[in-house]
Amino acid sequence: MTTIAAPRRDGSRAHAQLERYPIMRELPDEGTLTTQLLAPLWTSQPAWKWLFLASGALSLLFLFAMGVTFARGIGAWGNNIPVAWAYAITDFVWWIGIGHAGTFISAFLLLLHQRWRASINRLAEAMTLFALVNASLFPILHLGRPWFFYWLIPYPATTGVWPNFKSSLPWDVAAISTYFTVSLLFWYLGLVPDLAAARDRAPGRTRRRVYGVLALGWHGSGTEWRHYRVAYTLLAGLATPLVVSVHSIVSLDFSIAQLPGWHSTIFPPYFVVGAIYSGFAMVLMLMLPVRHVFRLHDVITRRHLDHIALLLLVTGSLLAYSYLCEAFGAWYSGDSFERYTMLTARTRGPYAAFFWIMTAVNVLTPQLFWWAKLRTNVVVLFLAGVAIWLAMWLERFVIIVASLNRDFLPSSWHLYAPTWVDWSLLVGSIGLFSFLFLAFLRWLPFVPVSEVKREQREIASESRDLDGVAPEVAR
Amino acid sequence: MTRPRLVAEFTTADALQSAVDALAREHYRGLETYAPFDMPELDAKLGRRRSPLGWLVVAGGVAGLIIAYGIQWWANVHSYPLYVGGRPAHAIPAFIPATFEGTILAAALTAFFGVLIMLRLPKLWIPEDEIDGFSRASIDRFWLTASIFASDLDREHAAELMRGAGARRVIATEA
Repeated sequence: MTTIAAPRRDGSRAHAQLERYPIMRELPDEGTLTTQLLAPLWTSQPAWKWLFLASGALSLLFLFAMGVTFARGIGAWGNNIPVAWAYAITDFVWWIGIGHAGTFISAFLLLLHQRWRASINRLAEAMTLFALVNASLFPILHLGRPWFFYWLIPYPATTGVWPNFKSSLPWDVAAISTYFTVSLLFWYLGLVPDLAAARDRAPGRTRRRVYGVLALGWHGSGTEWRHYRVAYTLLAGLATPLVVSVHSIVSLDFSIAQLPGWHSTIFPPYFVVGAIYSGFAMVLMLMLPVRHVFRLHDVITRRHLDHIALLLLVTGSLLAYSYLCEAFGAWYSGDSFERYTMLTARTRGPYAAFFWIMTAVNVLTPQLFWWAKLRTNVVVLFLAGVAIWLAMWLERFVIIVASLNRDFLPSSWHLYAPTWVDWSLLVGSIGLFSFLFLAFLRWLPFVPVSEVKREQREIASESRDLDGVAPEVAR
Repeated sequence: MTRPRLVAEFTTADALQSAVDALAREHYRGLETYAPFDMPELDAKLGRRRSPLGWLVVAGGVAGLIIAYGIQWWANVHSYPLYVGGRPAHAIPAFIPATFEGTILAAALTAFFGVLIMLRLPKLWIPEDEIDGFSRASIDRFWLTASIFASDLDREHAAELMRGAGARRVIATEA
């Protein structure tokens, strides 16, 4: 099969290596391409219904566990002093971290003109959005009296009481609600031209009407594109600082506390790196099956796999460095509580097994991707994605529970064990994520059709220019 | 004006581009293009300037900054000062995170709703929708409309230019 390669900008070996994997294979004309990319909207995959029902059942379990929490209070969970934070906060930090990769791919890489992002950004953004739905539920459940969640919002109450903005918890509210809103707007604005294509290709009146309303009457006129382009880029620019700020603010929940294992200035960058790392792991877990089932090998090529693997290697190595710094900081501080928590309790305490598993998996797995062959091996990538995804949950568990259960006063030390409600909330949240993601795959265009067409035109015209002007340089 | 407008359909982006080139070279005005993807290369030819949306977003962001800081100041300094651990009521560093988030939120809302207002969206129907096959503008067809002509002869000439650039069909419509 002939391929359209991106133009070579320098003669380096690494680039030549990459050039073997084009951003897109030679694609059919726009009409056929649209038909191909929109086909999943009109026809259901055979296994879809069963997966959808199964994830729906797990979502019901989530709802049930929430109901139990509402009725019986936090006592239904395994939390007890000194382990006042456990599964719920672990799940919260884990989900919100996963969200970061989506914004990184769609906003950060857009601003850096990384064109390979075009085929996978919609998928990654949807992942962000659904991960944030889960993430925002856990702190609310943890309030104890969740029906008073609006007390977190500054509104003129008759009591005259306001949130205390010197606490990190109202910062969380600001950070998460902003992140969710901006991600939603960015995702929806990106969808509009593709919803218009869906409207104009939809079989039957009802679907045409639904997509027509969702597309807001987009017609693709030059005037529309002129403003749209600026709005989309601006939203990307606004989402980019959120990639860095949201998990930094989440990390402040921990680092402004006095607890050994939490009270560390390294937390904001450490959490951001971990967030992007776990998110890329989940992107792989979602993207590889989608690519396989919908046969998207022409738009999600080995180039994409290679780049995501490289990003895992980079963020994974940064995370390993953060682990090292965290331990070094505790040792160098000379503080006996810090030293005990980081060097003794973590490595030999009751949760040491989790600590060693998460360290081994998170540090060693990405090192596989020094080998170019493994970076494009679908099976290795998928397994690495799952392993990192789970190990990053363990990392948060270790930071939270292993720090809390042995604090300053040995007489108050207490082991934590989750109850069935804790487990149901964790498994249920994965169910809700899958439910939303499967709905997205079924009813919305998950590859950005219009961006792929634009990309295809640019690549074609560039290779034509190269052929026309200086054929010997082009090849 | 009841003069018919011209609506031309092209099968490729290149054909649309050469038609725009040809008409712009002869100073035709009132041109509008429809394409399934963004074609910023047409903007200079059609005399379209950069969208002013950026300035609106800056204004929105500044407003968000002031409002977010103002709420925190009002709540924790003016209306109900809390003194915990000897910290000042007006603790500027503690107000930074929520101020930052408020700025981004207001700017993003301005960008999103700003673009909808500037484009008068949602607008579920435009006259071109009545043309048979116009809906392919979102899929694989490229359309050019021209609405301002000096005379019937002038319009005929524009239609010739469109056909010369490779228009699949050129329709004169009263809509």
